[in-house]
Amino acid sequence: MLGLYIHVPFCVRKCPYCDFYSEKFSREKSEKFAEAVLRNLARYPVKFDTVYFGGGTPALISGKIAEILREVDYPENAEITVECNPDVVNEKVLAELKNAGVNRLSFGVQSLDENELKALGRLHGTESAKKAILLAHSLGFENISADIMLGVPRQTVKSLEQTIDGLCALPITHVSAYLLKIEPNTPFGKNPPEIPDEDGQAELYLAAVEQLEKRGFSQYEISNFAKNGFESRHNLIYWRAEQYVGIGPAAHSYYNGKRFAVTGNLEEFIENPVQREIVTDENPDKYEEKILLGLRLREGIPLDERIEKRLRLIPREYFRVEKGRVSLTPKGFLVSNQIIAAILG
Amino acid sequence: MAEKSYLDNIRNFCIIAHIDHGKSTLADRILEQTETVALRDMEEQLLDNMDIERERGITIKARAVRLKYHADNGEDYIFNLIDTPGHVDFNYEVSRSLVACEGAVLIVDASQGIEAQTLANTYLAVENDLEVVPVVNKIDLPSARPQEVKEEIENVIGIEALDAPEISAKMGINIHAVMEEIVNKIPAPKGDIEAPLKALIFDGVYDSYKGVIVYVRVKEGCVKPGDKIRMMASGAEFTVVETGYMGATELVPASGLKAGEVGYITASIKSIGDTKVGDTVTNAQNPADEALPGYREVNPMVFSGIYPADGAKYPDLRDALDKLQLNDASLSFEPESSVALGFGFRCGFLGLLHMEIIQERIEREYNLDIITTAPSVVYKIEMTDGTVRMIDNPTNYPDITLIAQSYEPMVNAHVYSPSEYVGAIMELCQNRRGVFKDMKYIDEKRVDLHYELPLNEIIYDFFDALKSRTRGYASYDYEMIGFAPSKLVKLDIMLNGEVIDALSFIVFADRAYERARKMAEKLKENIPRQLFEIPIQACVGGKIIARETIKALRKDVLAKCYGGDITRKKKLLEKQKEGKKRMRQFGTVEVPQEAFMAVLKLDDD
Repeated sequence: MLGLYIHVPFCVRKCPYCDFYSEKFSREKSEKFAEAVLRNLARYPVKFDTVYFGGGTPALISGKIAEILREVDYPENAEITVECNPDVVNEKVLAELKNAGVNRLSFGVQSLDENELKALGRLHGTESAKKAILLAHSLGFENISADIMLGVPRQTVKSLEQTIDGLCALPITHVSAYLLKIEPNTPFGKNPPEIPDEDGQAELYLAAVEQLEKRGFSQYEISNFAKNGFESRHNLIYWRAEQYVGIGPAAHSYYNGKRFAVTGNLEEFIENPVQREIVTDENPDKYEEKILLGLRLREGIPLDERIEKRLRLIPREYFRVEKGRVSLTPKGFLVSNQIIAAILG
Repeated sequence: MAEKSYLDNIRNFCIIAHIDHGKSTLADRILEQTETVALRDMEEQLLDNMDIERERGITIKARAVRLKYHADNGEDYIFNLIDTPGHVDFNYEVSRSLVACEGAVLIVDASQGIEAQTLANTYLAVENDLEVVPVVNKIDLPSARPQEVKEEIENVIGIEALDAPEISAKMGINIHAVMEEIVNKIPAPKGDIEAPLKALIFDGVYDSYKGVIVYVRVKEGCVKPGDKIRMMASGAEFTVVETGYMGATELVPASGLKAGEVGYITASIKSIGDTKVGDTVTNAQNPADEALPGYREVNPMVFSGIYPADGAKYPDLRDALDKLQLNDASLSFEPESSVALGFGFRCGFLGLLHMEIIQERIEREYNLDIITTAPSVVYKIEMTDGTVRMIDNPTNYPDITLIAQSYEPMVNAHVYSPSEYVGAIMELCQNRRGVFKDMKYIDEKRVDLHYELPLNEIIYDFFDALKSRTRGYASYDYEMIGFAPSKLVKLDIMLNGEVIDALSFIVFADRAYERARKMAEKLKENIPRQLFEIPIQACVGGKIIARETIKALRKDVLAKCYGGDITRKKKLLEKQKEGKKRMRQFGTVEVPQEAFMAVLKLDDD
């Protein structure tokens, strides 16, 4: 499997918790950006099994996405995802994406609770998220994912359940549920909101897992849940330590055995004939990576002698062993940094 | 009238002062005045030549230097300035340095007046028949009150001080007057050059080429290269290779040393243990009848375990201790092992400062991360079978049923402080099981509080507590006075049901509960939450007297691994691996080194 990730670094405005690279959207820059993407794409004359437009807010440049996809070589059954903000998409945008070959949308819903949305500084209300998803479905998108956020200010197990209830009433196939992390170089980092404490976050996480499982969304990764057969093939490439090419500022790649990242600078990306890539790992330790990524997945990792020995220090409620593989339980996922360190340390 | 002798133009003296009253600065100024050191070689505080000494502004080891001074009377004098350590931990070394002199320049800070160490050192000097020459320093400070301080010196110490030079060593004011006082007030040494050799060892340093360089004051007779010498206390014999004087920046070889002179001897001496401070060097062929008085073995007072943070560094730690011991015979160590900490050393120190200095030097000069266990004093235990055991390691504390009576070391402590803090100091001393002896007014505003205290109560944080209760105005000094019967128990700490031997300590029985509770709290603060709940229990003789619980960790996850960026996850893993190196594994529990350090400081505030 080989994936292609395109980082679209444009936003109308930045959310206070987000520390991904993006710039203020401008038509002129987005045109130059698309040209630069095409230049760089030409350096990879290969077939991609998955394509993922992340951001930023890729739906802002739906027309450009169509142009770019025309130049990408992919098989008929490829998974082609675009991240969407509910307040950016309309019928025209969605139709454009559909015609361009996009077959999976990932909506940044975050919450269906007005209070929580406000606390997160999101532009859209709860209704626009529902409308956007229904519209996408009516236009023929059958694989729709929704992102929700856990541990946000004012969230309770009850308000979380309401969000999940609301989501599951919509035609979606996949949910990503991320614990809010306060990043230092964000408005939240500088002026931290009051969020649930460690124990509160753990409760919310476990409640989310339980609620989603109950509604037929099986947990297949720490933060990801899907109806049977709708697991994100693109993201699985990352977690299974397979290869992918990243294009765009701050995009990461694992290609030809090396891990490297593009510098996070839009100007530079537009001007350079070839994007500037900085090697982050010349020769990744495959064993280590398989463990630290594989333990994110429900499928887990193959058991070996070393892992078996290290597992003896870990309480049983955090992991399970089945068919020669070890995987973490939801409680185990919650403390996975510790468990991974215990196995690899 | 006696014939003029070379002795008439020698002055052997030291400088005594409370810490920070300007001893090293005055020494530097004297060196400048005598042009012993070219200005370009001047480094602040030349005599203190260890980094730590310069930074802490204290003299750890005595040093000596020979100077030439052209006096106002037209004569040239040899000054031998012997620098003394100012801290109570090194009292014995101080006393031996004093014995090498005929006089002492007493520095008193013009604004602070007399402090604990001023008195302690002055009394030592007077006891050893030294002529004490007072000078009042730091007169450049706005808060200086030289007249009052002089009266204080007269009233409290009882030496004439009204004509004492008022100086500023820092600004170089009136140093010349000090030089003349040294010439005129301090007596010339006496001694018979024909008598059998008696030379007092007051210091020694190890040199990898010459062996131990022994610093001596020749009291009687003479010594020269080729002589066979004997150390009268240790009995060790050597052949002198070199004799000479201590220049300010280097050793200056000379053909011999005679009575009254201060200098050095080398004799291919491999171990500093053979040249004990206070011992008498004599001629092996023509020995003196008796040694100079006052020699004693210096026994360590405070013990603690030192372990390498990284077990693989054990040989490096041994090497560091070996090298430190070359220059510091009062440091003792022997291998010990702890279930908790692995292989390390039980080290003995003269006091807490000595311990801190050694720890710091190991970390700084030898670049080793170390874990230190709680300091312990030596306890004397009478067993039911009539034998007596000395215990310096809680691990070896006998079973309570085998103990007839336990004893702990006591000190006589003097606290000097402005009188408004008397209440606070008395409360502190009482909390530390002190027995009030008496209280004297030094002047209208300052008192000398005399307490008898268990040494065990002052080795942890007494000085810190004293400082914080008196806004830093109080000073204290103590001397050992022997053992007193006590009720002692051994307190053990268990993590997840396992005794952590490195955290055990011996405590006064009535304090056990309070200490246990504080220990448990401190450990809870310092041990991070882990994958399972960890009970912390403190027990005496198997009975649990305090308990805390570290709750299981609930959340430690990198929820998002976005866009294939796994650099964060890897960085985190590296950080965790690095962190693990600073952890000690006890069964399934990981304890950070900081936890061992934190429990040493159980502040009672």
